Amino acid sequence: MPAPHKHHLLSVLVENKAGVLTRVAGLFARRGFNIHSLAVAPTEDERLSRITMVVDVESAPLEQMIKQLDKLINIIEIDELAPGKAVARELLLVTVRADPQIRGQVIELIRIFDGRIVNVGHDSIMVSLEGAPDKLEDFENLLRPYGIVAIQRTGRIALPRIPSEVAEDTPPIRAVS
Amino acid sequence: MNMKPGTKTDGGKALIKSLELEGVDVMFGLPGGAILPVYDPIIDSPIRHILVRHEQGAGHMAEGFAHATGRPGVAMVTSGPAATNIVTPLCDAYMDSVPMVVITGQVPYAAIGTDAFQECDTTGITLPVTKHNFLISDPQDIPRVIREAFHIATTGRPGPVLVDVPKDIVDPKNPRSAMEWYWPDSVDLPGYKPLTHGDPNEIKKAAQLIVESRRPVIYAGGGILKARAADALRELADLTGIHVVTTLMARSAFDDTHPLALGMPGMHGNYTAVTSMQESDLLIALGSRFDDRVTGKVPAFAPHAKIIHVDIDPAELGKVRKPDAGIAGDCRLVIEELIRALHDIGAPQSQPDRSEWKAQISGWQEKYPLTYQQSEPGELLKPQFVLEQLRDNTPDDTILVSGVGQHQMWASQYWNFKHPYTWVNSGGLGTMGFSVPAAIGAKVGRPDRMVWAVDGDGCFQMTAQELVTAASERIPIKVAILNNAYLGMVRQWQEMFYEERYSEVYLSPDLPDYKMWAESMGCVGFRVESPEEVLPTIEKANSIDDRPVVIDFRTDSREKVYPMVPAGLSNDDIVVDPAHGEGGR
Repeated sequence: MPAPHKHHLLSVLVENKAGVLTRVAGLFARRGFNIHSLAVAPTEDERLSRITMVVDVESAPLEQMIKQLDKLINIIEIDELAPGKAVARELLLVTVRADPQIRGQVIELIRIFDGRIVNVGHDSIMVSLEGAPDKLEDFENLLRPYGIVAIQRTGRIALPRIPSEVAEDTPPIRAVS
Repeated sequence: MNMKPGTKTDGGKALIKSLELEGVDVMFGLPGGAILPVYDPIIDSPIRHILVRHEQGAGHMAEGFAHATGRPGVAMVTSGPAATNIVTPLCDAYMDSVPMVVITGQVPYAAIGTDAFQECDTTGITLPVTKHNFLISDPQDIPRVIREAFHIATTGRPGPVLVDVPKDIVDPKNPRSAMEWYWPDSVDLPGYKPLTHGDPNEIKKAAQLIVESRRPVIYAGGGILKARAADALRELADLTGIHVVTTLMARSAFDDTHPLALGMPGMHGNYTAVTSMQESDLLIALGSRFDDRVTGKVPAFAPHAKIIHVDIDPAELGKVRKPDAGIAGDCRLVIEELIRALHDIGAPQSQPDRSEWKAQISGWQEKYPLTYQQSEPGELLKPQFVLEQLRDNTPDDTILVSGVGQHQMWASQYWNFKHPYTWVNSGGLGTMGFSVPAAIGAKVGRPDRMVWAVDGDGCFQMTAQELVTAASERIPIKVAILNNAYLGMVRQWQEMFYEERYSEVYLSPDLPDYKMWAESMGCVGFRVESPEEVLPTIEKANSIDDRPVVIDFRTDSREKVYPMVPAGLSNDDIVVDPAHGEGGR
């Protein structure tokens, strides 16, 4: 995996119409831009979807990617989510070998990472883990020696951080009696 | 056809009515199964439909119409093979930012995805070569989509838009076609907000760069024509006294007889245009996109120049070369704002003395004019001579349309364009076969103008059948074939870069017999073999106005296009012509 700074996170608001994902993917393919990961889902407004994409700026300057994306008629808004200014999450599902002799160690690891066991078999277990991408990375690396049977990670999803400064005119928080 | 809002009608009638309301008075096309229901209401419509012989012709005609008039060209064809046949013109229009709306038939909505007869994924295939495309599923959407299609095609950076229409929603025999008529007052596209006015701070910065520059050059591109900015360009040049190069797509945007005109830069540009850019300290790029055919090897292109870049498409700014002042906006508006900003800082008086630079430019012009050797008696015609004769014996406002190859470069080099929109060609895609159908489209759009297509023998054979369209529709274009019996530009490269190993480039001068072929298509045909026949034949052609004319000029295949910057080299490596050797330095 290339160094993290080669990767930038784009949050792209699009019209929820047939073929929009094809337009985005097609644009990246024909201009030689690389997508590292992609997540798409409708937003609170059913006419809109949000695409969260991790792009590889080794392949092209970020500015070109954003400007070319912006030319697509169905794209409404593009935000770059700078590291530290966004909360990013991925989800990982993994089936790992867990014979009775080593099962205890595997479960301990899962517990440390706050994972959840979602399926148990005779000699393997399936875990779901949600978290920041580097946490998932570490978990995957630590599980590998036990024998990963199958693994699937989602693309990254992200939202901008909520500003923490309290605006001057914000009323004080009161307890509800 | 008068329709009140709420009138019950069908998708087919609504489609034609929508085109009428968009101001379409002519369209180019060819009917077939899936589009049949839309052809029926054409009989009752005031829109003139021109029946082509091949769908590619319809597309290029629509482009030629748009180039010559500035209005969107419209083409309509059926599904499947018809849609794939119009992909080339779509891509051509996409590369050259030509406003065009193409309507394609599609199999009934329920049959999409079943490999039905004449089905193809038209929106999928054309997605990378259109500014936008639509597949309509509900007849009620037709007026809205047509409005959006024309809006997208004609605003911002213009381009082709395709609308794919399934048969069931336009066929009055199918209940799925029922709709209630309406015409939207406005367009609501939340993701499409084309820019117009440039950033005032960047414009100020640009004005400052201009008044500080000692060796400025205006690098005018096709965007000048798209933005109807030719007058503004001239005003800017006159105000500042800065010379202007016009790229292949900008030919005719600046009067070639103006003292500040430098003509075409690039791979086959003249020495002065190429070298003045190389030596410049400021390039004022207006609606141009630093195309590889202009820049040559990018890192060696105009190495000392600062860059002002004006383009309606923000993605062009910094795509190839980082600008010192980058202005996203409409070329005409930005140039007008730039002129005001220049006045504000005391231009032209505040500009430095540029007499040395001007003397250098005129020195280059004197030393390296375009040259060729006139033919010896008994030899074939020189193509440049034919073009000079044509240039000097046609009205100033003649629209010149070319195909792609050597003849295109000679036409651009030797013509003196005096009026905007008198040059129509395929620049970005380089589509052989463009000229005959594009000339037809141009003549339909500007019936008051004389329209000459300059074509090669290779190009002509690709789309000549559209002369049947021209003859039957009484569209009297004139075609000059520079017939050198070769795919000339390929031959030139094989001669220069493949040790004269001529692979698959010979075409024969008289198979087909162009004169007979022209006559069989309802045109007047001539053949010209000697220099003294050139002028009288052009005059004869000019006098014919009731049918198309084709002249087969037999030209010398050994003639090559010069100057030339070999592909991949720096513009400093320009070869002026073999007699002059490597140019100038």
